[in-house]
Amino acid sequence: MASRGGDEQARSTADAVARRSYGKLVAFLAARTRDVASVEDALAEAFASALVDWPRNGCPDNPEGWLLTAARRKLIDFARRRRTGDSASGQLQLIAEELEAAAAASTANEWRIPDQRLALMFACAHPAIEAAVRAPLILQVLLGLDAVMIASAFLTSPAAMSQRLVRAKDKIRQAGIPFRIPEREELPNRLGTVLDAIYAAFSEGWTDSGGTDVARRDLAEEALFLGQLVTQLLPQEPEALGLLALMLYVEARRPARRNARGEYVPLAEQDVSLWNTEMIEAAETLLLRASPMNAIGRYQLEAALQSAHVARRRKGDANWSAIVQLYDALLALSGSPVVAINRALAIAEVEGAPAALNILQGLAEDKRLTEYQPYWAARAELLARSNARDEAHQAYEVAIGLERDPAVRRFLQQRQSALVAS
Amino acid sequence: MQYMLLLYVDQNAWAKLPPEEQQKGYGAYMSFLEALKKAGAYQASGRLQPTTTATTVRVSNGKTQVLNGPYTETKEQLGGYFLIEAADLDAAISWAARCPASGHGTVEVRPIWVM
Repeated sequence: MASRGGDEQARSTADAVARRSYGKLVAFLAARTRDVASVEDALAEAFASALVDWPRNGCPDNPEGWLLTAARRKLIDFARRRRTGDSASGQLQLIAEELEAAAAASTANEWRIPDQRLALMFACAHPAIEAAVRAPLILQVLLGLDAVMIASAFLTSPAAMSQRLVRAKDKIRQAGIPFRIPEREELPNRLGTVLDAIYAAFSEGWTDSGGTDVARRDLAEEALFLGQLVTQLLPQEPEALGLLALMLYVEARRPARRNARGEYVPLAEQDVSLWNTEMIEAAETLLLRASPMNAIGRYQLEAALQSAHVARRRKGDANWSAIVQLYDALLALSGSPVVAINRALAIAEVEGAPAALNILQGLAEDKRLTEYQPYWAARAELLARSNARDEAHQAYEVAIGLERDPAVRRFLQQRQSALVAS
Repeated sequence: MQYMLLLYVDQNAWAKLPPEEQQKGYGAYMSFLEALKKAGAYQASGRLQPTTTATTVRVSNGKTQVLNGPYTETKEQLGGYFLIEAADLDAAISWAARCPASGHGTVEVRPIWVM
């Protein structure tokens, strides 16, 4: 007797569990066999059974446990069906061990699934996994996002994306990539790949945005969730705190990035009152927590830069000399030409446009920059300030041609025509 | 799991080393072998003769083609292998990093197909 109300309740309970515990279920079920793809299939079937069973019999008190049991039953079926002889019994042995682990973690009153999500993230961001697929893999395996959505966020075709995801999961299983938090001495390096993957997901979520693309906005939220998860599970890792702080600073300014007409508003011209104060304060607290741990890194520096920028909120002006110093440190650490461009723009605020143009001139030898929109936009801006109108016009032309966000393109076009008018 | 460590090295560079350097290099491999055995990870190993001794065989359309030389000519050549038992890829990677070949060449880690 499936009633409409029962259906809805079942669906919303299933959605809530999926949101809260999907990654936990995958991590726990796949930890021993490392067969992520089978676990995903089993969980999908378990969720489908739940939508049939729950409206009829009522939602279980412990929906996670229900789903875990159903998924495990499917996995046993898969193992019996697909494998023969030794390998089937090996597979079944692993499933039995996992059952024991769950029993050990549970008490009479509370049924607890050991949280192995972090270990799963380390497997997904393992150096043996192709770097470009690590972030998509984490989004799929830990959050259950489908390949179509992930593909559009990373500007790839869905077919190509699902193929890469399948290949990565095969690699985890076949090459025996462990679900494990690395040892102390390896941790900083390996954590770096996890943090980079989370940041890549966040950045992809952030680049859209007329803020109109809901799928992408969600991606930024999911990345924040993962960042929070890492800091909860590894509270003593300063770079993890730094990354979360960085994402919060950036997210806090989302409402100010477009004006009412959907036009791009550069940082310096954003309405400070639109910034999310709570998020900024949470970010400041995280940075303060990280700093006495004395292990500065890319994410803490980038977060500190954001902090210096948002100082304008209280003081009316960004702290430019602090910003230049932070860029110096970041440049020394990364040697990235992108950082060098931003450093040049900060120097323009302190020493004037000609000094900054000199620096950009020195960077021009790097061929990668000829296709990098911010390089040309920075050059155009500095040339405009130095009254080199023709050159500025040309540089804006290239920047506009390289930009993929229409709102930013319109912004650059405005700057370019303001040049002609003045 | 079983993993094969495939050792790619520049055999000419090795041949040009003075005898005492070769001796040292050889000793490093012996120590590595000993460590593998002590840890119970050792399964099998072998050192290959230089690629000048290689012959390639291919059968197509019922015709056997025998060619002189290795499958591909590259600067670093497959020079030997270790077959090891390791709990997972990370354990195999840490053996690969200890293998002297990773210092003067490249070590490829490949899991053995489970039947």
